[in-house]
Amino acid sequence: MDEPPVPLTERRKLLAALSIGLGGIGAALIGVPVIGFLLAPLFQSVARRWRAVGAVDSFAKGQTVEVRFEDASSVPWAGVTGQTAAWLRCRPDGGFVAFAVNCTHLGCPVRWLQDAELFMCPCHGGVYYKDGTVAAGPPPRPLIEYPVRVRADQVEILAGPTPIT
Amino acid sequence: MRLLRTIWEWFDARTDASKVIGPILKHPAPPRTGWMYVFGSATLFAFLIQVFTGIALATAYVSSAGQAYQSLHWITSHAFLGHLLRGMHYFGASAMVLLVGLHMIRTFLTGSYKFPRELNWVVGVMLLGFTILMGFTGQLLRWDQNGVWSTIVAAEQAGRVPIVGRWLARLILGGQTVGGATLSRFFAFHVFFIPALIFGMLGLHLALVLRHGISEPPDARRPVDPKTYRAWYERMLHREGVPFWPDAAWRDVVFGTLVVASVVFLAWRFGPPELTSPPDPTIIHADPRPDWYLLWYFAVLAQLPHGTETYVIVGAPLIAGICLLILPLVFNRGQRAPSRRPWAVASIIIIVTAVGVLWRQGDKSPWSPAFGAQPLSAAVVHADTPQVAQGAQLFHAKGCEYCHSISGHGGHRGPDLTLVAERLNPRQITLRILNGGYNMPAFASSLKPQELNALVAFLNTRKIAGSAE
Repeated sequence: MDEPPVPLTERRKLLAALSIGLGGIGAALIGVPVIGFLLAPLFQSVARRWRAVGAVDSFAKGQTVEVRFEDASSVPWAGVTGQTAAWLRCRPDGGFVAFAVNCTHLGCPVRWLQDAELFMCPCHGGVYYKDGTVAAGPPPRPLIEYPVRVRADQVEILAGPTPIT
Repeated sequence: MRLLRTIWEWFDARTDASKVIGPILKHPAPPRTGWMYVFGSATLFAFLIQVFTGIALATAYVSSAGQAYQSLHWITSHAFLGHLLRGMHYFGASAMVLLVGLHMIRTFLTGSYKFPRELNWVVGVMLLGFTILMGFTGQLLRWDQNGVWSTIVAAEQAGRVPIVGRWLARLILGGQTVGGATLSRFFAFHVFFIPALIFGMLGLHLALVLRHGISEPPDARRPVDPKTYRAWYERMLHREGVPFWPDAAWRDVVFGTLVVASVVFLAWRFGPPELTSPPDPTIIHADPRPDWYLLWYFAVLAQLPHGTETYVIVGAPLIAGICLLILPLVFNRGQRAPSRRPWAVASIIIIVTAVGVLWRQGDKSPWSPAFGAQPLSAAVVHADTPQVAQGAQLFHAKGCEYCHSISGHGGHRGPDLTLVAERLNPRQITLRILNGGYNMPAFASSLKPQELNALVAFLNTRKIAGSAE
């Protein structure tokens, strides 16, 4: 049942080009908003917010404690995942330093060991001194610090993006 | 029965279903393919388990960052058959990863990726990639503490990619932090996007099998020559080919049924993986671990020499992927028989051994601090002075025990100190403690002199009982 070849007339060429062109336009009309929506996280401006984490005199000098606060970019349905933690160190001179809990190796949460005065990571064995510098293991750099300030007798931390090292 | 036949004939006359499906099912296959050829179809069976159990689970799972954990708890402990279904989805995933691996090893060893089946292999490599992605995104959908921290670890790894790393990390998190957008995104990828790609690629994979035929078992006397292979294959099929259904398919069905039965049995016997703590990023006492099929990579990440990580995290998957993709393009002719391809056999042995060793390491993870270590018992310490007793107590309090073990108690990151005094004198021990060393912190600033003396006194008692002072 061989059909004779269809002659490629100018009219057919035009119709084919038109159909392919319109198909492309249709695909772009759908595709651009969809891909744009998926890439939206890249276009958001970086959210940073000061979050109060406790009264100044609730932190003992020389101690490092975990403080919890709400993410800078939290949404109502985030539930408990909208929370973040940091390690807040009150230096002997009364100044404050806040460290991200994320190990700079691959982001696992480091634990503070008060007696040993070390931060230790449960994943791949990274260790940091109390000032956040690397003591041992694979971390390539010191713990990331969040800016800290004291306002109206409250210690405030500048919450921002999860540190990607 | 007659009614059914009439309905079928009516349907067939209008759709030509038997004319379309019949030749596909009965396409000629090479004889004597045997039991080594069942892993591909078994992977397909495992995938079907995933599709059906996944659809069922999706009817009850809530893909909200704030509620997913509770909904999974409900599915596991309250929903009718929920415990079994979650178990089947977990063991189905495990089976799929395992079978995809076996299928690849078989295809590689029998040289089935050579001409004209190069593209079958390439599409198969993509399917392998999608399978791993499904495994990883699926683990995250458990959305317990492990899921949340695995997301962060994934984002940190993506962050190591030069130039676009931060963008990739943000796309993985669905924003700047783990939160409301993260889980919905992973859910959509796990249930819509990646499965759609798998269905498409699977269709292509099977269409290519039909197009080029099932590869015949290799024969060392007959290397592949692209010029003559096709004509020879056609003649061989014509001469001694057998209909795929049922001559070859019965083995696929037997093995596939065994796979399905095993998955159901394991799900019933062992159940799904336990959910860890809630996905609260402020619960610092987390111990993130990947599921078993990525545990070996976890071991790789822990043991890389300092400074090489970025190259390995970014480069290794890239190089491995490229090697797998170009393999059939570079070696598309010649011997297929494993007996004549010693390097192929050796590389499989090396890869399987390496992954196996890393697996064991990942399972034990000796590099992780033993946070659960208890203070040494009096029987182990065997103190004859108060100073030694205090030293033993400091050995735990100062974190030494998290990395060093004594008489079987403690971590394995650093050397075992059960008999440390046989190797080092008090002066050397003191120097180690104060200055630290490779992978050991320096304790000079956190130990008082009296504490240091007690610790050294204790460690100096760690020697073979009765040996001279």
